[in-house]
Amino acid sequence: MKAARLRRLGGLLRKELLQIWRDPSALAIAFALPALLLIIFGYGVSLDATNVPLALVVQHPDGLTASFTSQFSHSPFFRPRRFLTIQGAETAMAARKVEGIIWLQSDFTRRAESDGNAPIGVIVNGVDANDARIIEGYVQQVWANWLTARAAVDGKGAALPLAAQPQVRFNASVSSRDYLVPGLIAVIMTLTGALLTALVIAREWERGTLEALMVTRVTVSEILLAKLVPYFLLGMGGMAASVLLAVFLFGVPLHGSVLVLTGASALFMLAALGMGLVISGFARNQFVAGQIAIITTFLPAFILSGFVFDISSMPAAVQIITHIVAARYFVAILQSVFLAGDVWPVVVPNALALAVMAAIFLGVARATARKRLD
Amino acid sequence: MLRQVFALIVKELLAVLRDPKSRMVLVGPPLIQLMVFGYAATYDLNHVPIAIENRDASEASRDLVARFVGSPTFRLVATLKSGERINSLIDSRTAAMVLVIDPRFTRDLLLHEPAPVQVIVDGRNSNTALLIEGYANTILSDFSLSWAAEHGEPPPAAVLDIRARYNPTLSSRWFIVPGIVALLTQVVTLLVVGLSVARERETGTFDQLLVTPMRQIDILLGKGLPGLLIGTLEASVIVAAAVLWFDIPLRGGLFPLYLGLLLFVTAVTGIGLMISSLAVTQQQALLGAFLFMVPSIILSGFATPIANMPPLIQDFTLLNPMRYFLIVVRSVFLEGAGVGALLPQYWPMALIGAMSLAAAGWLFRKRVT
Repeated sequence: MKAARLRRLGGLLRKELLQIWRDPSALAIAFALPALLLIIFGYGVSLDATNVPLALVVQHPDGLTASFTSQFSHSPFFRPRRFLTIQGAETAMAARKVEGIIWLQSDFTRRAESDGNAPIGVIVNGVDANDARIIEGYVQQVWANWLTARAAVDGKGAALPLAAQPQVRFNASVSSRDYLVPGLIAVIMTLTGALLTALVIAREWERGTLEALMVTRVTVSEILLAKLVPYFLLGMGGMAASVLLAVFLFGVPLHGSVLVLTGASALFMLAALGMGLVISGFARNQFVAGQIAIITTFLPAFILSGFVFDISSMPAAVQIITHIVAARYFVAILQSVFLAGDVWPVVVPNALALAVMAAIFLGVARATARKRLD
Repeated sequence: MLRQVFALIVKELLAVLRDPKSRMVLVGPPLIQLMVFGYAATYDLNHVPIAIENRDASEASRDLVARFVGSPTFRLVATLKSGERINSLIDSRTAAMVLVIDPRFTRDLLLHEPAPVQVIVDGRNSNTALLIEGYANTILSDFSLSWAAEHGEPPPAAVLDIRARYNPTLSSRWFIVPGIVALLTQVVTLLVVGLSVARERETGTFDQLLVTPMRQIDILLGKGLPGLLIGTLEASVIVAAAVLWFDIPLRGGLFPLYLGLLLFVTAVTGIGLMISSLAVTQQQALLGAFLFMVPSIILSGFATPIANMPPLIQDFTLLNPMRYFLIVVRSVFLEGAGVGALLPQYWPMALIGAMSLAAAGWLFRKRVT
């Protein structure tokens, strides 16, 4: 009895492997797709602004204004351009030639050297609010440094009474690539896992070959298991390729252990494949399966996983929704394992959540598959 | 001729809308996504968990702590006694920032020495880290200025007067929600058009269509217009929701917006038809649609600015219609831009649309021989 079951399972596995081998699209989805996407996105996705075009309007240039504006010229962050009038600078900003304007009026030096509080006009284009905030933050630092330097070196005026000493843990260069690349791996693998199973099984439904399988003696569990194992292996292969690219091509440090990374990836892959099985069991045609796969995997993994948008800043109701996005847990694990190490308080709860999701999706896939047989 | 094109359009619409599941995936999910993503996709920080270690029990340091605790940006999760727990709080992500006030804080303030305040930030998410630093610096310099004023110190030589044009509160929702208009319009249009030819090719009915008296251009119109229609309708609903529900100001006119929308949907339709006629099976068409859609969203400037990309990838984004339409929606919504200012965005979309439609028409014929 047991031997027969094993033989059936072996036969099914052989069939699936042959099918994958002879139809290169599954191999392409598993290996070429993640590698290609990771390379494009790894280079393309960055929140680090450099060379931000900035307009400098100094109406009465002298030594004091130069000591302030020279800090912008020497920064890799800004690419300053001088304008003679504020109107000219405003026009350039409306035409998106500059992102911000620094405006020192003609009485700047006189006021700075008499009663102080001379206004430094800072006008930013608020359309891209994130960029605008980062520019603001940077200008603030420049201003504080300038006051301190003036007080310490020239002995003129007062420095700010506080000296902030910022320290960044885990990603000292504050490079966005180091945290975006691990997040991207999660987004890409969500897509791959769901596409692999959703499309491939919906196609069998559409062509009627799955029904042919179901009238044989193999059980539903055996069919599902035979589908799961090869795609799981393919997905893990794609995952390994992505991690290698992240470490060797993008130079993202891997502080944690490969063991934790593999374990978490395995759990995540099971959840993603399980979700694909559920979708394909529900959809039964490729049009609907494809749409559901896009709508329920890529976009939520992109927006709700904490990959670019901070989950703790979302409204409470949306934060609850993020709990059903498997990528959320995987992103948290990946970011910690890559940048911080095996931080158990992060790894354990997120891995547990992934295990629960995998169990639920696989269970639902199993339950709905049985119904279809009746 | 017109009647035949019309009949083909009706047939295409029926093919997509007849099946209740297909109908459902076209209407429900985009609206749900608009709601969820509209609220979720924000770079603004609220309730950032912080911990404070105040080693200087004085009025001045308590005042500084109160400024952090009272800010809507921050949420105090722990008050520390000694430096022991700082690392574990940051490691486990319990706190994203730890503020440490030095025991010499008040003494240095009174001695006119720079009083040290440590701001320790979790850098795993570098963007959040930079923003947290920015918010913290604002509070620290506000404190500095008011402390100096209260204690009769001379005011600093200069102060910053910061203003933001077009989006005075720097709410990132104003940036993201118009972006979602472009995002969802593209997803829906591509899905409607992307499979239309491949589906018929798989079932063999496309050859029948090609031997009817209809001209290439009629088939192209019949296949393309339903996508254009559904895409434009979907976009209108999302624009209405952006204005009425999310209160995003629509400062420009509807004409520049719809001109851009029409050109964008045409370009996406052309690309969708091209993918669809290149594919032999529906699976290939879906894969093709995915392979176009995912990079086009990530490399469009929707979430991360194009200006930050390496030059080679920036050149690559010139082929992406969503890049241009994102500028159109955001400029019309927030800056009130008119047609003249948006011409540099219109013509590339028109060009991409014309080229991809021509290529699709050519591929129709190519595939039958």
